[in-house]
Amino acid sequence: MPDEQDLLQAEPPKREIIGTGYTFGTVTDQIASVVLTKRTPLFWFASFAVGFGLLLVFLWSVVLLLAKGVGIWGIRMPVAWGFAITNFVWWIGIGHAGTLISAILLLLNQQWRNSINRFAEAMTLFAVASAGMFPLLHLGRPWLFYWLFPYPNSMAVQPNFRSPLVWDVFAVSTYATVSLLFWFVGLLPDLATLRDRSTHRLPRFLYGILAMGWRGSARHWASHEVASLLLAGLATPLVLSVHTVVSFDFTIAIVPGWHSTFFPPYFVAGAIYSGFAMVLVLAIPLRKVYGLEGLITLRHLQNSAKVLLATGLIVAYSYVMEQFMAWYGGNTYEQAAFLHRMTGPYASVYWFLVFCNIVSPQALWFKRVRTSVPALFTVSMIVLVGMWLERYVIIVTSLAQDFLVSSWGIFQATRWDWATYLGTIGLFLFLFFLFIRLLPMISIFEVRTLLPQAKVEEEVR
Amino acid sequence: MTKTIYGMMAEFDTPGALVNAAREARAKGYRKLDAYSPFPIEELSEALHLHKSRLPLIVLIGGILGGLTGYLMQYYVTVLYFPINVAGRPLHSWPAYIIITFEMTILFAALSAVFGLLALCGLPMPYHPVFNVPRFALASRNRFFLCIEATDPLFDRKATSDFLGTLEPREVSEVAH
Repeated sequence: MPDEQDLLQAEPPKREIIGTGYTFGTVTDQIASVVLTKRTPLFWFASFAVGFGLLLVFLWSVVLLLAKGVGIWGIRMPVAWGFAITNFVWWIGIGHAGTLISAILLLLNQQWRNSINRFAEAMTLFAVASAGMFPLLHLGRPWLFYWLFPYPNSMAVQPNFRSPLVWDVFAVSTYATVSLLFWFVGLLPDLATLRDRSTHRLPRFLYGILAMGWRGSARHWASHEVASLLLAGLATPLVLSVHTVVSFDFTIAIVPGWHSTFFPPYFVAGAIYSGFAMVLVLAIPLRKVYGLEGLITLRHLQNSAKVLLATGLIVAYSYVMEQFMAWYGGNTYEQAAFLHRMTGPYASVYWFLVFCNIVSPQALWFKRVRTSVPALFTVSMIVLVGMWLERYVIIVTSLAQDFLVSSWGIFQATRWDWATYLGTIGLFLFLFFLFIRLLPMISIFEVRTLLPQAKVEEEVR
Repeated sequence: MTKTIYGMMAEFDTPGALVNAAREARAKGYRKLDAYSPFPIEELSEALHLHKSRLPLIVLIGGILGGLTGYLMQYYVTVLYFPINVAGRPLHSWPAYIIITFEMTILFAALSAVFGLLALCGLPMPYHPVFNVPRFALASRNRFFLCIEATDPLFDRKATSDFLGTLEPREVSEVAH
């Protein structure tokens, strides 16, 4: 017979999502003070300077590209997609984790998301902005980008709606718009908090304009809750569709190594994989510098690490199945494509990507690694590199060596390829650190609902 | 009445106190009242007998319109306006239309969710009398407010103020217009 002590301990300890000792006032003040303070940490200036410097590199390469054309990049036949599309797919994929956290985890009632959804959504927006640069610049004549949309024009031509590249235009622009709307709806109550907390006229006026007169009335909140759930319900199929459509850019073509039916789920898993790696890379320094360890706890990092491991296993499975299907399908071109990947001119890149994406995340099986912040940061960086290499290998190896040996060619990245790529990292960092300084990086009102005081004690009548 | 006011406002420390106060005020017969809190409180909608939101209907209509727009736009362009015969394949190639139809459905539905939300909340609203109460700035931080509006038939400056006083608020204040 278990005694009373055992019975008490049999009840699992209640796991709090955020640290103890917070009140409505202290969470508000702590998160708002990052924005409303006059003192900016040195870390912010350093990161912003890196972002701004790389942004200038980006401007430089774009100006050169507009002046001279896409020939400044290493894209030559047969590899006409090169870095541009690699970077596009990589950035879009990174964005997916933000929508997963804000929409899918909201529908699944995972409350731990409340501390990380705001900056993850910001990450989505800026990643999509960086992604969008590449197909635009890759157009050749980027200033005619609006030709991609069906609009009444005097040329009497219209886009080809049967082309996956046009689907991409609709999918990515819808994704960017819906992400922005969802983010803004979540920000509305927090903008009202900043309006009420700021002591100077100008910020009060600007946050007031953005908050639109939000006053936290019960009627507001009732509609706000419904709107958030509906937007989450809309964003969930949307985010799955976006990387699916991106993968159609490949699968609709008959190029060996691309023409495959399991690309959509494989791409979506890879997207979430790289996105969670980026979430960890951003969250780890931020919580340290701004002293937010009580709000973004080790539990958040551990949960993200588990998602990283799970999606990493899906990606590993996809790599194995890709090889298996090439062998089992019996198509000689398909078999040759995969043989070239593993043993051809890009073999070193392929095996390095296998190390980054399959071998390194296996460390996350161990609790010691999942609870060690430096180890998590390292694994996440390796995964980000690995996911970039994955897209590079898919695009470049398949195009470089397709059906006819006489049309083979090797891709060589130029310095402007690298400059444009690093430049969009600069654009991302620049926008992200502006966001950190000007808007609350953690959703204040959603964190308030996590506090034990937020529960309404029913009065017994 | 000497000067018209917007209403009477009581300030509370906890969400529980606000929900109880809202219930009491409804039970007392007040109908024109609103509660303000720094985060959503589920029990409040029920305590205030708020109507079910019409937002889902707005979003549904937006989504259907978006889907129709997407499909018909592609039909018009590929069949009527700019037909291209590709090896005798049908012009009305509906499987290829599905993706853009889907994306337009989501886009229109999301836009109607956001604009519907703003419309139902009456935002943007540059001025509202509740902000005349200086302590109301705490409604977006850690305090909970119940406001009984002057348009309520039972409203009486003295009686309403006394009634709010019985609910153990932190403070009761007048809301100027």
